[in-house]
Amino acid sequence: MIPTPDLSHLTKNDYERVYEPAEDTFVLLDALEADADAIRALAPRLCLEIGSGTGVISTFLAQIIGTSDSFFLCTDINPHAATCTARTGSQNKVPVEPLVASLARPLTSRLGHAVDILVFNPPYVPTYDEEVDAAQRSVGISGSWAGGADGMQVTDAFLRQVDGLLSPQGRFYLVTVKQNNVPRVQEFMLKDFSLQSEIVLQRRAGREYLFVLRFVRSSNLVHTA
Amino acid sequence: MVRLITHNLLACHAKGCTTNNFPLKLTDVKLALREADFNPDFLRGFLPRVEWDALIQASREIGDTSLPVERPEMLDDDLLRQLHHVLLEIHIDEGSMTCPNCGHVYPISNGIPNMLLAEHEIW
Repeated sequence: MIPTPDLSHLTKNDYERVYEPAEDTFVLLDALEADADAIRALAPRLCLEIGSGTGVISTFLAQIIGTSDSFFLCTDINPHAATCTARTGSQNKVPVEPLVASLARPLTSRLGHAVDILVFNPPYVPTYDEEVDAAQRSVGISGSWAGGADGMQVTDAFLRQVDGLLSPQGRFYLVTVKQNNVPRVQEFMLKDFSLQSEIVLQRRAGREYLFVLRFVRSSNLVHTA
Repeated sequence: MVRLITHNLLACHAKGCTTNNFPLKLTDVKLALREADFNPDFLRGFLPRVEWDALIQASREIGDTSLPVERPEMLDDDLLRQLHHVLLEIHIDEGSMTCPNCGHVYPISNGIPNMLLAEHEIW
């Protein structure tokens, strides 16, 4: 078992400005751990996490893969989150590299089909649409959860970029909740981008029903025994 | 903290700025050297993703001239160690990255590049 990264350097003050790891974070960590052997077998050289928050997920991913075996790039629109990501990296002796950026915008032109492991725990909570724009513009903590209609406004914007980013062998892990209409997400990615997906983990946590989806290119289906 | 491996992947994404928007020009840099574990397999695997000319330009902008101007065909141990140093051990703690096309300036502060654009600059 891989221990959860040390977050003891983060304070209550940080968690007023950055999303504190919760069930949705842990379900993603568990899904990555369950895939650890397969992820290592890919020999991933470039990992990219969108919306890294505290940085716990990328730090964990680096511990799975090996800290010098891959490059761990993170974006977050919230500057304080980028700082926390850097601090979590150093606390755990993992070289994660944070950027303050919206989604993967400054990276898309250079990372054509170059990302081996792509990870996104998006703002998935259904809210009014106007709330999403305000939340993203505020570059603060509300941007970590406010998701607009069906909780899909930010995720939808990113889903269109996944095909362009993912390497031929690449995998994309996405956290969703039931209200996001998981079958619709899967069908959209298959029809528009030939990205095949599977629910690799699902779990009820209080009022939320969480799903972790794993997307791969249809030419590169994951065979599970 | 931002290193040349990351700089090599960043392009200007301001509205309408789609050509000659890479590499971003590095100026006013404050550097720090921090050792990293040498991993030749990683370097060999990552190198196809590196734009060599951009790396040479950026490394010279921050005062390092150890890498050859032409992309080498053979990667011997010496070269891998130089690459390791330039890509992974030189940290840019402060500085500016300027788009060669539109002139937009992306600041680096406390080792973190801020790539956000103002509302009217977003495509």
